[in-house]
Amino acid sequence: MFFRMIRGAFVRQKGKMAMIALTIALGASLATAMLNVMLDVGDKVNQELKTYGANITVVPKQDAVLEDLYEIEGGDTAAYLREGELGRIKTIFWAFNIVDFSPFLTASAELDGGETVPLVGTWFHHHLETPAGEALDTGVQNLRSWWDITEGEWLDEQAPQSGNAVMLGASLAQRIGAAAGDTLRIRTRNGTEKLTVLGVYEGGGEEDDQIYAPLHLVQRLSGLEGKVSRVEVSALTTPDNELAEKAAKDPSSLTASQYETWYCTAYVSSICYQIQEVITDSIASPVRQVADSEGAILEKTELLMILITILSLAGSALGISNLVTASVMERGAEIGLLKAIGAQDGAVTALVLSEVLLTGLFGAVAGYFAGFGFAQIIGQTVFGSAIDMKPMVIPLVAALVTVVTLAGSVPAVGMLVRLHPAEVLHGR
Amino acid sequence: MSLLELKDVSKIYGTLKALDSVSLTVDNGEWVAIMGPSGSGKSTMMNIIGCMDKPTSGQVLLDGRDIARESAKNLTRIRRDKIGLIFQQFHLVNYLTAVENVMTAQYYHSMPDEKEALEALDRVGLADRARHLPSQLSGGEQQRVCIARALINYPEIVLADEPTGNLDEANENIVLDLFRQLHRDGTTLIVVTHDPEVGEVAQRTVTLEHGVIRRDAKNERFGA
Repeated sequence: MFFRMIRGAFVRQKGKMAMIALTIALGASLATAMLNVMLDVGDKVNQELKTYGANITVVPKQDAVLEDLYEIEGGDTAAYLREGELGRIKTIFWAFNIVDFSPFLTASAELDGGETVPLVGTWFHHHLETPAGEALDTGVQNLRSWWDITEGEWLDEQAPQSGNAVMLGASLAQRIGAAAGDTLRIRTRNGTEKLTVLGVYEGGGEEDDQIYAPLHLVQRLSGLEGKVSRVEVSALTTPDNELAEKAAKDPSSLTASQYETWYCTAYVSSICYQIQEVITDSIASPVRQVADSEGAILEKTELLMILITILSLAGSALGISNLVTASVMERGAEIGLLKAIGAQDGAVTALVLSEVLLTGLFGAVAGYFAGFGFAQIIGQTVFGSAIDMKPMVIPLVAALVTVVTLAGSVPAVGMLVRLHPAEVLHGR
Repeated sequence: MSLLELKDVSKIYGTLKALDSVSLTVDNGEWVAIMGPSGSGKSTMMNIIGCMDKPTSGQVLLDGRDIARESAKNLTRIRRDKIGLIFQQFHLVNYLTAVENVMTAQYYHSMPDEKEALEALDRVGLADRARHLPSQLSGGEQQRVCIARALINYPEIVLADEPTGNLDEANENIVLDLFRQLHRDGTTLIVVTHDPEVGEVAQRTVTLEHGVIRRDAKNERFGA
């Protein structure tokens, strides 16, 4: 009988129920869109920010100690990291969050005119087989994606003619009158070397006065085969919280469960810690400015999404409240009659709430799919890519719709509980 | 022992005394018409007897139990178990068919039984209209559905508020015939009406004026 009554209410009150479903669908669609975008925006914003460089620097422990003691950067302590260990970075717990990394080894090179310039050895487009069996192409081509190649092309050390090829910073190239295709002679502590300028780049920093060469070339010229002085890592991270800040100061101050939570969350400090675990005698530290900006942007974006979600759901609750209250008022005689023939308040409330919740279910399903469509529009418009369907949004939206529908029905339920059959059936 | 007894029952709304120390006894199987002009207190008395309102003072004994002191929850239970209500405006649920309207009363009482509901409709001559919606039934037919609903749970008292107020003469006669049948079957009937013809067919007529019983008499024409 209960279901006959609900079915009857649906069939013969199509318009009213459709309005309630539409209101719920609107709220659900906005909630779905915002939640999907919010849960995906972290990755999207992170990916966007990763195009602006590395957020972790790995240096030999000895250098880091000197840096801490004397506040000097890049102290030359003759301590190096081992190039052969770099593949291990892709074996840490958060390996999949490591987007790119590249080693650096800097030497001095004297040009024909007598000017001494930094010669930076690095990976440009390096193919790496990790100990985990994963293949990876990494290097500054990804890590310095904002570099503007003003002449020539990117150096690719995998290309056969890349042996003595280098790239020149735009300021240096202009100063010495070098262009792509020119030959450059340099002197280092291990002798003289002829280099071919493959491209000229403009990075906007001190690199514009440097020569970038393949790592193996600089290692050979410096007599430091297999060694690197610094590694820059670009990783997808989670914004820091109190736990992360505490751990960053001293991981040993954490309790076992705190440690586990911290270690298994992609905080920049836990990723740094894990890198240190795999690279011998190293100190990995966040490039604080980049990491903080990422966190701040992400937090603000998520806050905005949460506010929009709350406002849209509050709007839905108000709409539902009006519609259900109007419906109860309109059905006053029917509700009064049900009470007169023996229905307790709970039974009538259950009937009305079941109708509204069932309507809410239809609205929520329609709203979910519409919201997913909205999310794609937002994704394509703002980030230029699709928003992933997050399964956890389904129970979240279901719970939110239930709460909003029930909250919106509270005034109507109060009204029907207070309704006296005598008032509506006999006009007193 | 009487089935229903009102002792010094008063109902006051603000400064208005809708019922003023009314005392009334209704025996089992009796057919009582409560008459009076508008504002005389008929509806108030019906609401109190029908457990839809409480008196300001006095006792209302139904089967010896003072329902004036019961909670709203208990009053709903008593109304469900002991009272069958018939309304002037019929008050059928407009999206349920005739038989479903009858089954609604069963549902809130115990268990819906479609066969029994159909038999109840058959007793009021509406077996062939059982699957119709209220909007597809005439006023007389709707009132007969209302009577079937009131009777489906075998109430101790059937309480009718202006049951023929919205009916033409032919349908009024059908409804009164049904009441005669109910009375013969031993059902206690309390009919609130301002229609003298409906009042005259009852066994006894109680006349209210300004909340006070002015006349309480057996009808000489009853049974004629």
